[in-house]
Amino acid sequence: MGEIKIKDKEVTVPGEVLAVGMDYLPAGGAFRDKEEIIASQVGIVNISGRLIKLVSLNTRYMPKKGDRIIGKVADIGPNAWYVDFGFYNQGAIALADGSLEYIPRGADLSQYYAVGDYVVAIVVFVTRDNHVNLSLKGPGLRKLSEGRIIKINPAKVPRVIGKEASMITMVKNMTECRVIVGQNGWVWISGLDLVKESIAIEAINLIDTRAHIQGLTDEVKNFLEKKLGGKSGVQQEN
Amino acid sequence: MKDIVRTHVVSLLNKDARLDGRKLDEYRKFTIEYGISSKSAEGSARVKMGDTEVVGGVKFLVGPTYPDTPDKGTIVANVELLPLSSPVFETGPPSIQSIEYARAIVDRGLRESDALDMRKLCIKRGEKMWTVMIDVYSINDAGNLADAIGLVAIAALKDAKFPKYDAEKDIINYEERTKKGLELKYLPIPITIVKIGSKFIIDPTVEEENAAETRLTVTTIEDGRACAIQKGGEGTLTPEDIDKMIQLSIEKGKELRKLFK
Amino acid sequence: MAYNKRIDGRKFDEIREMKAQVGIIPNADGSAMFQIGKTIALAAVYGPRELFPKFLQNSDRGILRCYYNMMSFSGSGERVRPGPSRRSKEISYITENALLPALNLEDFPNSVVDVYIELLQTDAGTRCAGITAAAMALADAGFQMKDLVSAASVGFIENRLIVDVSNEEEHYEKGNTDIPIAMMPRTGEITLLQMDGFASKEELAEGIIVAKAVCMEIYKVQQEALKARYKK
Repeated sequence: MGEIKIKDKEVTVPGEVLAVGMDYLPAGGAFRDKEEIIASQVGIVNISGRLIKLVSLNTRYMPKKGDRIIGKVADIGPNAWYVDFGFYNQGAIALADGSLEYIPRGADLSQYYAVGDYVVAIVVFVTRDNHVNLSLKGPGLRKLSEGRIIKINPAKVPRVIGKEASMITMVKNMTECRVIVGQNGWVWISGLDLVKESIAIEAINLIDTRAHIQGLTDEVKNFLEKKLGGKSGVQQEN
Repeated sequence: MKDIVRTHVVSLLNKDARLDGRKLDEYRKFTIEYGISSKSAEGSARVKMGDTEVVGGVKFLVGPTYPDTPDKGTIVANVELLPLSSPVFETGPPSIQSIEYARAIVDRGLRESDALDMRKLCIKRGEKMWTVMIDVYSINDAGNLADAIGLVAIAALKDAKFPKYDAEKDIINYEERTKKGLELKYLPIPITIVKIGSKFIIDPTVEEENAAETRLTVTTIEDGRACAIQKGGEGTLTPEDIDKMIQLSIEKGKELRKLFK
Repeated sequence: MAYNKRIDGRKFDEIREMKAQVGIIPNADGSAMFQIGKTIALAAVYGPRELFPKFLQNSDRGILRCYYNMMSFSGSGERVRPGPSRRSKEISYITENALLPALNLEDFPNSVVDVYIELLQTDAGTRCAGITAAAMALADAGFQMKDLVSAASVGFIENRLIVDVSNEEEHYEKGNTDIPIAMMPRTGEITLLQMDGFASKEELAEGIIVAKAVCMEIYKVQQEALKARYKK
């Protein structure tokens, strides 16, 4: 029988020994080196039975097929748009993936999406050497025409969205804002009331900096109630 | 390039609002720290404006006087926009932007204001003079580097003390510092005002800088006179604009100057 | 006269006071400050990012590029001329080699991870302070690392082993031996080893054993700084 060297939900750093013994299984950012389970990143340790999982607190975004992301058109080629989305390679949107409508060959691509436009797209394919194909063909995928963009760390995206979207839905409802959280950490917010829009942004930034805390949902709820002065938005049943 | 962030900045400004909730003439949290490299630099300081951070340091050297100014010393400014401080800055020799900051804000602000009496830097007429080297580095660019750079240069100069100099042997003993400082006559304070649409704002963030067409950096001294002005950006200014901007910089200069006590 | 008392009064196995902070440069993907005695190093990590020119790209993994620089006012004598020098280029290169063994950049082929190290003030131990700060910055950025990298110097004066060699000791008139070392603390694997001066094989072996203990102390400081960011 081995020994667990760290408490559940504790913060760990690379090189720290999390457990000793062959009974334990590493997951996430934890790895095994002979008898020991070691942390490979700065993150939170989740211990469930014999599984020692390390969830990193700050991460470099790695696109996966199916990720919905927000990006900015950086360049336009003869048959494709090229999008910056916080990854070291730009994502390419081929002509055929530009829209649910048909776009003819030889069309002026900037008429659809110009350099500087922000778009909500989906990751279609990632090659072995990390070239990324994106698509704007699909429900909800589009050019964004107003609102603000903020950037949070991709590791915090699950927290911002919450279990079954509970956290983000709470923020949206209480501030009466539309919000799209990209898996790449880019977030779009648009509200009719500019004050409430700013509050929504503060709430998201709060989750970003406090993602490692237990009871974060209540903390965010209290923050929103205080800031909105009790005049929170229409509560929808979801 | 038009994008939704820019559009948002402009539409907020039309309602006299800003992305971070500040008033149009409001500064972010501003702090000055002196002596941050006091072991090595004869004078040093750090300035923070919101998340924008810059550091500056002063080193003295002794050399021959210039032939056309035998009774004066000199001051030389160098600004580096470090790649450490932003994803958009590259390694290599100083960019045109950093040269502009060094000349417009530091050189012009200091020299033209006559804040430093160059004759006090003369050691022996026609022979030896002090050169005051001021080096400024950006640590994090969150907008308004122009003002932060100008302010940290002043702070570092205020902090500076002459090292011991042996005139006979012509050697500077950097290990020993005298109690003698630079005796600045004035504190030239640069204030950059940015024009977006028809609105004027101070202490812009990076998004606001990107949305601006024009900016004016006005350096003022205690009595409210401007001693240096630099227009930046590709847009234009009317005489009324300039009048408003100078007025704003005089007011804000007074406010910031209080923080230097 | 044997070296019986250190010039600054420290014990022979005493490191100067240390301070560390992480996340100090919001624009960077990861950043850190490390101070040991009066030496202050700042490090910022940007990456992975696109790498140009293309011929530098490695299709198996991302590459690491370190840039070590001393600010002009950071030296205790004359002003340091700005721009890369032979010394700063050498230190940049050994810093890359000190950090690479700990990093896994296979997830980012054809990319570059840029690490910028700036010295705000120098008072011996600068290359080690730079490596120590850079390792924290890389961890702060979320890169997968086998271990952190911790660096310090050990040395000999008149055959006495000293730890964290000071500036005065480096210039000791009767000569000294200065040994900067970087290690991955958990396994004790050495990623940087340099030596200026004389040492016997036995002395060097002794120095390396002591260096491991010193690096563990530095690792604790790095660990605390990284965790402090996430205090409840």
